[in-house]
Amino acid sequence: MDLEIDARYDAFRKEVQGFLAEHRPAGPGGGKEERVAWLTKLIEHGYWARTIPEAYGGFGAEPDLLETVIMDEEFNKVGVPRGMMAQGPSMLVPTLLAHGTEEQKQRYIAPTMRSEIMWCQGYSEPGSGSDLASLQTAAREDGDDFLINGQKIWTSSADISQMCFILVRTEPDAKKHDGISYVLLPMDTPGIEVQSLRTMSGSIGENSFNQVFFTDVRVPRSNVVGQRGEGWKIANTTLKHERSALNANAEGTWIRLARLMEKETVGGVSLMKSPVYRDRLMRLQARALSMKHHGMRMLTANLKGESPGVAGLIVKLQNCQLNFDMAALAIDVMGELGALYDHTKYERGHGYWQAHSIFSLGLIIGGGTAQIQKNIIAERGLGMPREPKPAKA
Amino acid sequence: MDFGLSEDQLLLEDTVRKFLAEQVPIERVRELRERDCPYDPEVWAALAELGVAGILVPEAQGGSGLALLDAALVAESLARAATPAPFLATAIMAPVALKAVGGGDAEAWMSAIAGGELVVGVAATELFSVREDAGVRLSGGKLAGKAMMALDAHGAGLLLVAVDPTTLAAVKTDAPGVAIERLKTLDATRCTAEVVFDGAAPEVVFEGAGEAIRRMLEAGRIALAADTLGCCESMVEQAVAYSKERKQFERVIGSFQAVKHMCSEMIAEVEPARSLLWYSAHSFDAMPDEAPLMACHALAHLSEIGREIASVSTQVHGGIGWTDEQNLHFWFKRIATARHLLGGPEFLRNRAAELQGFAPAA
Repeated sequence: MDLEIDARYDAFRKEVQGFLAEHRPAGPGGGKEERVAWLTKLIEHGYWARTIPEAYGGFGAEPDLLETVIMDEEFNKVGVPRGMMAQGPSMLVPTLLAHGTEEQKQRYIAPTMRSEIMWCQGYSEPGSGSDLASLQTAAREDGDDFLINGQKIWTSSADISQMCFILVRTEPDAKKHDGISYVLLPMDTPGIEVQSLRTMSGSIGENSFNQVFFTDVRVPRSNVVGQRGEGWKIANTTLKHERSALNANAEGTWIRLARLMEKETVGGVSLMKSPVYRDRLMRLQARALSMKHHGMRMLTANLKGESPGVAGLIVKLQNCQLNFDMAALAIDVMGELGALYDHTKYERGHGYWQAHSIFSLGLIIGGGTAQIQKNIIAERGLGMPREPKPAKA
Repeated sequence: MDFGLSEDQLLLEDTVRKFLAEQVPIERVRELRERDCPYDPEVWAALAELGVAGILVPEAQGGSGLALLDAALVAESLARAATPAPFLATAIMAPVALKAVGGGDAEAWMSAIAGGELVVGVAATELFSVREDAGVRLSGGKLAGKAMMALDAHGAGLLLVAVDPTTLAAVKTDAPGVAIERLKTLDATRCTAEVVFDGAAPEVVFEGAGEAIRRMLEAGRIALAADTLGCCESMVEQAVAYSKERKQFERVIGSFQAVKHMCSEMIAEVEPARSLLWYSAHSFDAMPDEAPLMACHALAHLSEIGREIASVSTQVHGGIGWTDEQNLHFWFKRIATARHLLGGPEFLRNRAAELQGFAPAA
């Protein structure tokens, strides 16, 4: 255990603080141009894409645990996101770094980190949810191309994405896990139709959720990542990144929750003065601190190239539930006002916590449901036997 | 920069675990529980030789001079084996307090602790919980009153008594006016006692010992959290192992999702709690400003997940888990009792809120 903050780290913390003091008002804007400019600035200073090689548009620093912790802490303090939580940066980029061709890396990583290219994930299908490997969307060879036919569903951001990383069945005769390929597909290719799905949050604009239909969609065979038929293995790396990306900054959310509790009053008295609410807040703080330090432990294992074993498999399950529980306390703290919705009068923070609550429920399900996570933890982490297959009739 | 255990720490853990597996198997614990106090002096002497008793004692006094994280790993290992030993008060709390107050007496006692010759009990419950009119007064240089749930006092040679938040008295257990009576708890592997003072003369009274008492409690809470973590680990391991052997409906029960999910939920709590505990123990030496808060959260959180894991891991065993024969109850009861020794979760969370200015300081 070595978490010593020497002079170099003190200087680094001051540098981050200085950056935030100077640039914070410019923060992330609403439009695409502001967003790209902000992310570009973050990359220039090394607060985003920090360890991605310069050759691919990153900052090119060596991975360093304490620097990561310091950046997160300082950005949390001022409530500014450090980069962008989206499927491109958190899932596609690590996958390309591990499995992509040089050309794929050159072409996609930099604009993805700057959010010039937005990505959606073409995984789930109407008949293939938890049993993802049963997917049926087919890619048939046609000269140098594939022709894709089928349907994807629960596709977040499909309507606003330029690209899709999609799992398709390229080897129909192979066994179910061996017949899948991982393909990079431009969303403006003819034959793609996106239909938005209204989520339980009620408004289509806030949480983009879609189904996507593919009819004779032509994509070059060179857009496969890794080898043909290896898509399942590659998707699992992506899912691993998705699950660790869902680390989701529990400490930052907790700080926001504590501030809300100090500010909200009932009968003129701050909710922070209520021992009942305070006890719930403290319970959540212990969980948030656990996940923060657990994240440091996982990062250390990553940097050393060690497998964290079962300790790594539980991250998605725990973080998603923690996020949901923090939103639940926030809504309880607001009481009657916590029930307000749709930008009604008196609604706090433009309904941030209401949206966060529903969104975090979505994350408990998405990327492998909590129950699938528990199967994985038990089978891969604890060595418990797989469920026997039902005998064929 | 590194968040994890060193080679030396892994070796220490391995050494202690092997020793306990050989010398204090659960059959031995079953024998020891029949004693008036289950601490086995022979085992303690052997542990002292391994360096366990003096783990926090400075090298100048014959100890190992290690850090609280090292000691927490030992606490966890002792708990995994359900070993009865006066580790918490003698090897953790007393050396931390004695190092802080310093002086010739303190050094001599630390040497004796490291040598395994002196067991030290700690009476501090009344600092955070006064029941049954308990409390110890110091007047005219003599101690009077009673201390409840004194840790490891039964069989000790010396007691450290927190008279108030800044006064620590050291009194010999065979001094006139000291009466020690074991208060039996659910946990057959730990000795807690009531100590009644009737004009007992302390060896030394350390005035202005607020820092020593505070650090002693922090270290104790972190070590107790480590104890509960060790119990949880053992119970989850036993539940998983049992689920892979026990067959019902012509399948091992571990192949049923219902049972898998019970086990997954338990391990999903254990692993982040371990990270919290490592950080807390590390903060005690490396970032002492953070230690008061971390100690409260570590013990409160482990106590909460511990209660759930104690229950669920027993349920995985079904009927046999509820029997004395299966041994699982040793850990169940150790977790249940630890929860109330150095401030329960509600107290600790309120203290955590006070430390951050969220609640008015008591």
